[in-house]
Amino acid sequence: MYAQALDQKDRSPVIAEDPVRLERFEARCTAEDKIEPKDWMPDAYRRTLIRQISQHAHSEIIGMQPEGNWVTRAPSLRRKSILLSKIQDEAGHGLYLYSAAETLGVSREELSEQLLSGKAKYSSIFNYSTLTWADMGAVGWLVDGAAIMNQIPLCRCSYGPYARAMIRICKEESFHQRQGFEIMHTLAKGTVAQKAMAQDALNRWWWPCLMMFGPPDQASQHSDTSMRWKIKRFSNDELRQKFIDAMVPQARFLGLDIPDPELRFNEESGHWQTGAIDWSEFRRVLAGDGPCNRQRMRVRRQAEDEGIWVRDAARAFAAKRAARRQAAAIAAE
Amino acid sequence: MSEATTPLYEVFIRPKAGLSHKHVGSLHACDDDMALHMARDVYTRRAEGVSIWVVRSDLIAASDPVDKDMLFEPTASKIYRHPTFYDVPDDVGHM
Ligand SMILES: [Fe+2]
Ligand SMILES: [Fe+2]
Ligand SMILES: [Fe+2]
Repeated sequence: MYAQALDQKDRSPVIAEDPVRLERFEARCTAEDKIEPKDWMPDAYRRTLIRQISQHAHSEIIGMQPEGNWVTRAPSLRRKSILLSKIQDEAGHGLYLYSAAETLGVSREELSEQLLSGKAKYSSIFNYSTLTWADMGAVGWLVDGAAIMNQIPLCRCSYGPYARAMIRICKEESFHQRQGFEIMHTLAKGTVAQKAMAQDALNRWWWPCLMMFGPPDQASQHSDTSMRWKIKRFSNDELRQKFIDAMVPQARFLGLDIPDPELRFNEESGHWQTGAIDWSEFRRVLAGDGPCNRQRMRVRRQAEDEGIWVRDAARAFAAKRAARRQAAAIAAE
Repeated sequence: MSEATTPLYEVFIRPKAGLSHKHVGSLHACDDDMALHMARDVYTRRAEGVSIWVVRSDLIAASDPVDKDMLFEPTASKIYRHPTFYDVPDDVGHM
């Protein structure tokens, strides 16, 4: 999902853990006990979580860009306020998650450096462009919808700070999906051109959204341990299926067609079955060759550079205030 | 990047009058005033509270989770501290 790149191989050296401690740790996970920052944890658990949580945080931060693209062109003040509010929430999500990652012993500066240098990944979905206003509908409805599907089980993650951040995030996400659906609904009920715009957005976002859940289960490397450690509760394919089953009826309600001629309801399994997903596209986008990868990184680096004076000023102001307070204290003595 | 790091703060919010402040998360800020402003933006976008406390994380003294069993042992062994420990005849009525 927002941590799709986790499904790639971890190349760090494997540390031999104390078997007694490891066993005790795993028993706590099995018992659904929460692991807190100062508790003993296997090195691989710590590393997996740092990667997962920071990739998730980076995704929230980069995820502001596709929507930021439409703030000045929102069709009404109501829509503009909503969009601004949603983007502000995503910044908040990034911050909650960075804080959660920091409890594992990595600094904020290191995390942001990893994003800026391209060492850390973020979700492939944010490398697609938002070409029309209908994309604001599709992003909220489908992208946030897929995110929620993935994030609800994370509210029960064994790592306390991550689980608590996810609870807060999930509460806020539901408005994101609903406002997206509302945009789609308004367009779908509108003029022929508006409905066509909604359909076009669904056509472009459907497949990339299915890829958000990460590679198919046979190709995924991390699932077993992550499941045992209660970091992950459902496999990529299970979550993807839940998403498809939830979205097909909603698309029908909107009167829009899912862009998949092979889509059919499987009576036996009770699930909607899609055609084959083009995983080569997924790998390409994740590797850096999506429609907007370069632009996203450029904008992020530019924001970082242009913010230096603000951070410098904040530090200088804090130092000035501290000096004044000290001088006043001395004068009062 | 050679920028100085900014201190970490813990944020506590009183959800409504009559309730205590509760830890909600953390953030980085240069000083107390800025931490308060940022806490307002980051943690109270939906009327989550009526009061905010911020405190630098490095000023908090905390118990060590390793000592947990020893530290909280009396809760388990001194069961006579709980009302349910005592036999009071039913016909005495509510007590
Ligand atoms: Fe999101
Ligand atoms: Fe979010
Ligand atoms: Fe969202």
